[in-house]
Amino acid sequence: MAGLCESVPGFLCKFPAFSDASVRAARKVIDDGFKSLVRSYINAIDALVQPLQWFLNDLERLFVNSPWPFVLIVMLGVVYFGSRNIKITIGTAVSMFAIGLMGLWNDTMVTLAMVTVCTLIAVLIGIPIGILMARSDRVQAFVNPILDVMQTMPSFVYLIPVVMIFGIGKVPGLIAVVIYAIPPMIRLTNLGIRLVDKEVLEAADAFGSSGWQKLRNVQMPLALPTIMAGINQTIMMSLAMVVVASMVGVGGLGKNVLQAINNQFFTVGFLNGFALVAIAIIFDRTSQAYGRRLQKHSEVIHG
Amino acid sequence: MVSHAIEVRNLYKIFGPRGGDYVDAVKNGLGKAELNQKYGHVLGLRDINISMPAGGIMVVMGLSGSGKSTLIRHINRLIDPTAGEVLYDGVDVCRMNEKDLREFRRHKTAMVFQKFALLPHRTVLENTVYGLEIQGVSSGEREKRAKEWIARVGLAGFENHYPNQLSGGMQQRVGLARALTNDADILLMDEAYSALDPLIRVDMQTVLLELQKELKKTVVFITHDLDEALRLGDKIAILRDGMVVQQGTGQEIVLNPADDYITAFVKEVNRGRVVNVETIMAPLAGNPEGMPIAKGTVLESAARAMTSANQTLAHVVDEAGKPLGALTLSAIIAAMVTQATDEAQAA
Repeated sequence: MAGLCESVPGFLCKFPAFSDASVRAARKVIDDGFKSLVRSYINAIDALVQPLQWFLNDLERLFVNSPWPFVLIVMLGVVYFGSRNIKITIGTAVSMFAIGLMGLWNDTMVTLAMVTVCTLIAVLIGIPIGILMARSDRVQAFVNPILDVMQTMPSFVYLIPVVMIFGIGKVPGLIAVVIYAIPPMIRLTNLGIRLVDKEVLEAADAFGSSGWQKLRNVQMPLALPTIMAGINQTIMMSLAMVVVASMVGVGGLGKNVLQAINNQFFTVGFLNGFALVAIAIIFDRTSQAYGRRLQKHSEVIHG
Repeated sequence: MVSHAIEVRNLYKIFGPRGGDYVDAVKNGLGKAELNQKYGHVLGLRDINISMPAGGIMVVMGLSGSGKSTLIRHINRLIDPTAGEVLYDGVDVCRMNEKDLREFRRHKTAMVFQKFALLPHRTVLENTVYGLEIQGVSSGEREKRAKEWIARVGLAGFENHYPNQLSGGMQQRVGLARALTNDADILLMDEAYSALDPLIRVDMQTVLLELQKELKKTVVFITHDLDEALRLGDKIAILRDGMVVQQGTGQEIVLNPADDYITAFVKEVNRGRVVNVETIMAPLAGNPEGMPIAKGTVLESAARAMTSANQTLAHVVDEAGKPLGALTLSAIIAAMVTQATDEAQAA
């Protein structure tokens, strides 16, 4: 092939790229512009995210500073009343004891607080966006490509602007996790509402439902199983992301994993990894059992 | 509540992004096939003119694709017409603004659907109160009214079941109770019984007829089953390819089918259950003989009454007992199996 390249004009052989100098200039303009933009709005941005910081700190303090038996009992209570399943509850108790015995209790609490806040925010933002998408094809056409970017863009890449804007700390970590974890919430809310039986919607219309009544009485309840699947996915993705987020200063199990990678601490890495897995399984089983319980009405008793 | 009639006038529906552009062409004779091939639009309804009797059951009959479900959805405007009007109480439903339309749907109409369209996450009681709930009726009042109707359709004791736990017939009873609880003047029934087993269907027809005796609502009933149409309909309109082929009482349609299409339809009908005695009675010659039979009795019942009374002669009387004409058992039987003679006459 080298022979072929010699016999054709140069631009067919080597892709004609912009010159290094012009790329460098463009990069500099964009970077500087972005930096000065951030600098001029830094106070406003700080004020905006301050409530998040407080919320996160307070919840973390509550989880870490409460006596462990108290936290454990509340947790088991939530798991039991969510799932109504004694097996899941016992599994939770065993895993949490193992985590405690390994000395990872506090780190686990920090991670738990982080994941709780991230999931709450993802749900609060994701469901309204999903509803808007389901109501308008135009909004869907606009939001879908954004979600594609959010899901495929390597998370390290969007950590760069996040850190530039918010600096190092919990809040940038939180934002990175929410960006990563919110797409399934939005997508599944949209899908769930769009899949609602057209006949039932027609019936709601025929009885004179307003748009809001239709959403509240028909669309949301019937989309609920799909929305629950979205919440489940969001929790799982937040847990996966807290390790990456530890790179920008989020504490907890993720930070331990990061240290283990840097120092080749094989055992520490796996212990923390398994602690994350245990929390993930507890969340998953509980939320799925809860979702199934909400669907009790769809059980066919009549043959 | 006094029921009101519904007038459908010059109603056209052309499905497609620019349906309005083709109304004039369709009025001037553009056919359904041509409209579809040349312009990619589907002719749903063409020049529908029906006056639906107040307090009576209007049956719209047709095979699938005839436009009957499209027509019923124009009455509460689940589908917007391309041209024409639907008048109720002198108001054109098609010109109502969104708020008036919602009020009209809430208070004047109630609908029963072919596939029931119940809310699966709500119990029978919660489904039944739906119409009142969105009207803003207080929960005590709406549950009281809903429970009455649940009992009337024969579902007492099932209030806390979910639709999935009920059979098709029972689910449709819930659909009926939901519609009746709304206490609306117009009851729209879109192939309400088509998904049910034959026996349950007859059962539900009886339920409707009995309720109607007392409620006297303006019912619009869609079906593809001529027997059902004849049993229920005070008036019947037969649709084909979006056009009304014939409308009239069941008897009129069976005795004078407008064209071959309807003739083919009515061929299999049990005429003994449709034709009334006064249609075939002979003029009275002298004194009325045999047993009296009330005007409006169908041939089958008359024959049954005469056979069990061991009579071959009878006379038709009106409500006041005044004799109107003479009947013989052989004339009744001849009329019940008269298909052959009709065809002979036609030939």
